[in-house]
Amino acid sequence: MAEWNRKDLLGIEELSAAEIETILDLASSCKQIYSRQIKKLPTLRGKTVILLFFEPSTRTRTSFEIASKWMSADLINISVAQSSVVKGESLYDTAHTIEAMGPDLVVVRHRAAGVPQALAQRLGCSVINAGDGAHEHPTQALLDLYTIQERLGRIRGLNVLLVGDILHSRVARSQIYGLQKMGASVTVLGPSTLLPKGIESFGVKIGKSLDEELPKADVVSLLRIQKERQQSGLFPSLDEYALLYGIGEERLGLIRDDALIIHPGPTNLGVEISLAATEDKRSAINQQVTNGVAVRMAALYLLLGGGGLERHEIAL
Amino acid sequence: MAEKVKIMDETGIRRALVRIAHEILEQNRGVEGLVIVGIHRRGVPLAKRLAEAISQIEGVEVPVGTLDINLYRDDLSTIGYHPIVRKTEIPVDVSERTVVLVDDVLYTGRTVRAALDALMDLGRPKAIQLAVLVDRGHRELPIRADYVGKNLPTAKREIISVKIAEIDGKEEVVINEG
Repeated sequence: MAEWNRKDLLGIEELSAAEIETILDLASSCKQIYSRQIKKLPTLRGKTVILLFFEPSTRTRTSFEIASKWMSADLINISVAQSSVVKGESLYDTAHTIEAMGPDLVVVRHRAAGVPQALAQRLGCSVINAGDGAHEHPTQALLDLYTIQERLGRIRGLNVLLVGDILHSRVARSQIYGLQKMGASVTVLGPSTLLPKGIESFGVKIGKSLDEELPKADVVSLLRIQKERQQSGLFPSLDEYALLYGIGEERLGLIRDDALIIHPGPTNLGVEISLAATEDKRSAINQQVTNGVAVRMAALYLLLGGGGLERHEIAL
Repeated sequence: MAEKVKIMDETGIRRALVRIAHEILEQNRGVEGLVIVGIHRRGVPLAKRLAEAISQIEGVEVPVGTLDINLYRDDLSTIGYHPIVRKTEIPVDVSERTVVLVDDVLYTGRTVRAALDALMDLGRPKAIQLAVLVDRGHRELPIRADYVGKNLPTAKREIISVKIAEIDGKEEVVINEG
């Protein structure tokens, strides 16, 4: 029996190492479908999944779509531009409406932290957090963990260097929780204005310079400079950021041969990463996208597959 | 649990598998186009042993694979727990081959139904046959085994426990009075 007893997948913070392992093991079984001619499993037949994205997304949304379809769930895509949210509908009106349609699971992305949690409390169906503000993005961190394990054979004991905008990054937060639970040690590095105050309390080390930290890293995890979240003045310019924190061709030489470079995408080429670095043999960026489907299949299976969970009463 | 009755021991299981190996060869007139596929979990070691027995008799290797049926179950939304999904690994294309499915116990037939669906998604086998160590009756679907180690008429309340060395550390088939 697999270790899982949750209605929702809201963050990595609340997961145990055993639960994370359950997802990773399951993802590796789900990945077998990739090599099949007919990519269709009957597992979630008759289940309805709603994708509710209040923020743009390509990778996450597409991979949830593929994962749902490969497992035969019915899928409805609600993107904000087309929905009544632009007419001023409140989040709870939207939630109410969705509940009335009777889905089995809602995948939600929102610019505000805490929205998936609020929906999970109010909806009887399962909720997956596909990114909430700067809080968490659990399925991204899970696919990163999966990719690290697949490429390096383990997570425990690895030195992982997180570079960039830790302050605004939900990916970084989820990665830190996940990596530490799985026994890796994490060093963060970025402009001091982009490191959250009190980041040490997460149990991470703060790196001094990229040139000093790169040779020590087993995994270099680059974060996207989020131009859309950038208030002015947190760092002088993109050029200076690239100079201090970007992985260009010369810095590739500082990264060990057996190390791994990951990036959640989309990349700002020439800022946090160069084209050469994305195409380097140590880069797992495309593999991350590929693994995203398997990890999301695993999450859907765990949330929708077992029916013994007590469904919450609707409390709207 | 009031009573335990041992139905088969190590020797009994070995003899049954050797007999089934002979029957498979007889039925299929050799090993041409055969692939033996064990259903997780206890079907897997049984399939390996059947393949070994066949290759000892015929002097030819038979491909062996494993099949996980959990993504094909019809009771996922009612069982109340998450079965562990293991790997499906069949070293050859099942299309145009005769697949011998192997499981430890045949009961309601639902596992076999799921296994048939799982196999069909991998290709179009020429034929699928079923070998089980124990057939305990109480079918809920029109499914039957081609090769049976032991027919064991049971009451529904009885529990058949098959132990296989590779998984359980010992070899036996036992009926527990439920």
